[in-house]
Amino acid sequence: MNTFTQPRPATGEHGLGTAIARPVMNPYLAGILLGLVLLATYLVTGRGLGATAGFAALATWLTGLVSPESVQSSLVHRKYWNEGAPLLNWTLFLLCGAFIGAAVSAWQARRFAIVTERGPRISDGQRLALAFAGGFIAACGAKLAKGCTSGQALTGSSILNAGSLLFLLAVFVAGFGLAHLVRKEWV
Amino acid sequence: MWPLSSTIEFSLATELAIALVLGIGFGVALERAGFGSARRLTAVFYLHDMAVTKVMFTAVVTTMVGLFALSTLGLLDLGELYVESTNLLAQGIGGLLFGAGFLIGGYCPGTSVAAIASGRKDAVLFALGMLAGVYAYAAFTPQLDDWYKATSLGELTLPALTGVGMGWWTLAFIVALLVAAWGMSRIEGRARREPGRRAGA
Repeated sequence: MNTFTQPRPATGEHGLGTAIARPVMNPYLAGILLGLVLLATYLVTGRGLGATAGFAALATWLTGLVSPESVQSSLVHRKYWNEGAPLLNWTLFLLCGAFIGAAVSAWQARRFAIVTERGPRISDGQRLALAFAGGFIAACGAKLAKGCTSGQALTGSSILNAGSLLFLLAVFVAGFGLAHLVRKEWV
Repeated sequence: MWPLSSTIEFSLATELAIALVLGIGFGVALERAGFGSARRLTAVFYLHDMAVTKVMFTAVVTTMVGLFALSTLGLLDLGELYVESTNLLAQGIGGLLFGAGFLIGGYCPGTSVAAIASGRKDAVLFALGMLAGVYAYAAFTPQLDDWYKATSLGELTLPALTGVGMGWWTLAFIVALLVAAWGMSRIEGRARREPGRRAGA
């Protein structure tokens, strides 16, 4: 859609980076690029991409700082404890790399902008609260399903994993099914 | 013979360096696709901009073709690749929850990182919500992991399930992508012709 190739943060206050943003890449080319990164990950590591595990490792590390006992009392935390070095987590390093790559790419394309993205009919505060709530719900879903858009939808689907394809289908069923309810948030 | 991990024992430092390098590629791909923007990501659910489905579908097919071609040429041992066990209830309910969180939050875990790197404040809140969510899961529902294992179907791929080989499935996915690309361009054309629908009464 052409309107999206123009500087996008049309609502919300504008901060840095209101210079003309460059158009984003053709989605099919971007898909091939993403697919090649995923393929390279498979060829080198034997596993695909992921993201949620990085957040889990970070949560375990934070929990360990506050209360080491609660780390030991949770099976999930113990999985990410890594003998006291939860930050030396493969997926967390992947996310650090992703941050660097995206930052350089956004800066180069003049798409960096300190803004809150929302539709025109809600406030920044409402949008930020919904972003937090959405992150919470998405994390619970990803933990239950053992993966997110990266670990299940992309990585698993490309090797024809039945559970991953079901996950992918369920994500879009929920997204399209609930879109009308939160229409005000976006359009 | 690929994957390299099947023949080389990487040290921890090497593994993490590999993660960082692959991550840079991952971040560049997400940002180039425009996925550092919640409005662009959620536009797919209102049929205004199908970039999310275009990028994801193309990425899946690209990887699938690569895996199939390399294994056919004898360069890759598919059996060495990790396959997450399937648990239909977990992936079904988890996927529905995840989709709701994606729509409401505006991001998914990977794209929230790309969006934070692009300066989006709402992505910071999404990431904090993720942290709270994984913490809550670990603190309150640790027994779910046992349930997952007990009711899991094990490694289950479509070729194993149907007896139809990966090559045929790959071909089917290529054809499905071409049909979907045609369909998505029609959907976007309709959204452009009826701008009133975008204002969303």
